[in-house]
Amino acid sequence: MSQHSPKTRWERITDNDIMWSFLSSPGAMTAAVVSSIIILACLFAPLIAPFDPFDPAQISLWDGKLPPSWAEGGQSQYVLGTDNQGRDMLSTILYGGRLSILVGLAAICLGMVMGVTLGVIAGYVGGATEAVIMRLADVQLTIPGILLAILINGVGRASLPLELREEFAIYVVIIAIGLTDWPQFARVARGATLVEANKEYVQAARIIGLPSWLIMLRHILPNTMRPILVIATIGLALAIIAEATLSFLGQGIPPTTPSLGTLIRVGNEYLFSGLWWITLFPAVALIVLVFSVNLLGDWLRDALNPKLR
Amino acid sequence: MSNLLDINGLNIEFPTRRGTIRAASNVCLHVNAGEVLGLVGESGAGKSTVGNAIIDLLEKPGRISAGSIKFNGEELRDKDADQMRRIRGDRIGMIFQDPQTSLNPLMTIGAQLVETIEKSTKIRGRKADRHAVKLLEQVGITEAVARLKAYPHQFSGGMRQRVVIALALAGDPDLVIADEPTTALDVSIQAQILDLIKKLCKERNLGVIIVTHDIGVIANIADRVAVMYRGEIVETGDVAQILGAPKHEYTRSLIAAVPRADTKLERFTSVDYIEGATNNFKRIDIQNHWLGETRKQDYDGLALEVKNLDLSFVLQNAVFKRNRRMLKAVNNVSFSVQQGETFGLVGESGSGKSTVARLIAGLYRPDAGVIKVFGANVNTIKKSRANLSERQALQMIFQDPFSSLNARMRVLDIVAEPIRFYKLTNSESETRRIVQDLLDHVGLGAAAELRYPHEFSGGQRQRISIARALASRPRLLVCDEPTSALDVSVQATILNLLKDLQQELGLTMLFISHDLPVIRQMCDSIAVMRHGEICEVSDANAFFNSPKHPYSKHLLDLMPRMDLIKP
Repeated sequence: MSQHSPKTRWERITDNDIMWSFLSSPGAMTAAVVSSIIILACLFAPLIAPFDPFDPAQISLWDGKLPPSWAEGGQSQYVLGTDNQGRDMLSTILYGGRLSILVGLAAICLGMVMGVTLGVIAGYVGGATEAVIMRLADVQLTIPGILLAILINGVGRASLPLELREEFAIYVVIIAIGLTDWPQFARVARGATLVEANKEYVQAARIIGLPSWLIMLRHILPNTMRPILVIATIGLALAIIAEATLSFLGQGIPPTTPSLGTLIRVGNEYLFSGLWWITLFPAVALIVLVFSVNLLGDWLRDALNPKLR
Repeated sequence: MSNLLDINGLNIEFPTRRGTIRAASNVCLHVNAGEVLGLVGESGAGKSTVGNAIIDLLEKPGRISAGSIKFNGEELRDKDADQMRRIRGDRIGMIFQDPQTSLNPLMTIGAQLVETIEKSTKIRGRKADRHAVKLLEQVGITEAVARLKAYPHQFSGGMRQRVVIALALAGDPDLVIADEPTTALDVSIQAQILDLIKKLCKERNLGVIIVTHDIGVIANIADRVAVMYRGEIVETGDVAQILGAPKHEYTRSLIAAVPRADTKLERFTSVDYIEGATNNFKRIDIQNHWLGETRKQDYDGLALEVKNLDLSFVLQNAVFKRNRRMLKAVNNVSFSVQQGETFGLVGESGSGKSTVARLIAGLYRPDAGVIKVFGANVNTIKKSRANLSERQALQMIFQDPFSSLNARMRVLDIVAEPIRFYKLTNSESETRRIVQDLLDHVGLGAAAELRYPHEFSGGQRQRISIARALASRPRLLVCDEPTSALDVSVQATILNLLKDLQQELGLTMLFISHDLPVIRQMCDSIAVMRHGEICEVSDANAFFNSPKHPYSKHLLDLMPRMDLIKP
């Protein structure tokens, strides 16, 4: 049995159950295509976008508040219209989306690294260490995430000198969202660690005499990654929303730097003047992106759960 | 005269995305009333699939593609789902493997029995209650009236299996299919359950199909035997003929692989009909080999010394000590193991034998007592590279081949881990050469190093485990039920490998098992454990010929008789 030659790396990627489940799920495929189109378009915004919203030479206030090109009074070079400062909406959404996605990714990575580290340590070491870490997570979960993010964000910005605030606003937002995210990662990582730590391969590693940190890093961590990957995907969508919410409330990215949240906020001020496009298009971009990433996360959870196969 | 059950040319297929798998092909069987048919085979042989196909409970996406199943002369394949449901309850009873999960934990035994009785017979109300009591009495449950109100968790495993049998009999069936009915039970309970099934079969003139992997069960209960191998029935016949004079080559090697309790053999013979069991064990020159390097040091004391070991687990915690409920898992255990011998630790489940192994390996800390491995106290050794020879001296092989290997690591990295950690070699290329050598030595072939554990079968995984244990160059090997998760033929090859390695490397082994015949084949000395205490320590031959402790005698009496098998 199994005398066939070892699989190559490529075969292991393409020829497995996860890939098969992906290819047989139209919802997941659509979600993957849509989200990767949006994410790629945003990441390559400087190459794709017709205008550069950061270049003052390309912005003219005379072209401000123009409707989309197909509406009455629209101009053909501004496909989705312009905002109040005369920036092209399509370019601004692409650049803004880029910022939102980068902030979301960085925040979720921060939350994941922190939560998984603490969770694996809590699960493996146990005792007082576990109690302290997990109670801390419990306490944090009693406070609504967005309020906590606003708090951390406010404190973070207040402790920076005035001249650096604009410059470091993005990092403060990333830290604020990342710090609110870690408890869920810690909980999942601890749960998975408790299961793995009782398995015999961990006992074998202990008998060999490996130190605890090496067992956690080499043996337990790789085996807890599946559920963590799932909540990271769903968490990415939530982190993007959290950034948008913070920016919408005027707490996050300054309005001079466009992100999806600041665009929606700016548009909101002009909504009653009939300038619907400034709010609608960034909002639609946000919803489609978050929805497709969420769908992808849902599918991943089902595909990685052996009980549902 | 027509048979109770007649299966002819049955084919069962499982369509998957990698093509159709044939789980059973051209299976022909018959069962008469008042007869026990043993359907025996190893895992994956398709024996359970045939059992399930009879009652139309094939797991999806399995389907019957050809053949006929005639029950009392009626073709079961023509019945629709509704008719089959009625036949399942009323006329064919099922007994499943695990009594833990085949009863509903939220219903009393009585309610479950009465529900089944009312569904499958015309007995109603108080009469059904009385019928339930009668059934419980028939399966040997005392105080049946009071027991009706009990929940499944209030019964022991053996009692639960009796209740499951009572449930199977509730509709007064003509045929009972028992799928591994005693695999989850201890030997002492296994014997009782088998006797019960046999007795009911004769009393009620039932046809019984026992699906099992265990030749011992077959020898004790079956009238006729059908041997399955890779979805086909290779041989059918009378039990005495199958066990005593098997015709087919597979049956012959299967029976040769069964460990014998009456005599100790040098090795298991002719198990060559089995997957990858080519006997490519190569002798190595231990004096000049990497594996032999640690053996040059001189130490002539005991390999392992255990004195007055105690360990309690907390069952129910409480703030005050007197309110805590403790379980004495290990109680005043003492024994010693000479260098180079194989010491067997035998006992039923819950006797504390695995706990002793984990104490010796240093995975648990004892409440009291001393464990010395080659003169060094296990619990005072610091985990540092400075005293690596003490840490390395002991390695362990675990029971479950599926959880004892890290699924995310290549075999190379698994086996090389101790070598790299203790820096036993000077270069990575030397490490690799040694790993290949080890894998070759345990019979896997050097090419296995780049694959992942899930690509291997249970027996092959156990070989990887052995290679990993050897990579530390141990002198004491603790084997905790190393073969109880394996098929009997694979077990024979693994036991042969362990024997060979022991002779060649001069290893000392602590061999833990619940299986007396295996212990007999492997061990020089034996300790019997029960409820955390040691009942008897003695020489293996003396133990099997004249046990001293009453519990040892009891255990030996329960061993499946193998008189039918000719040596």
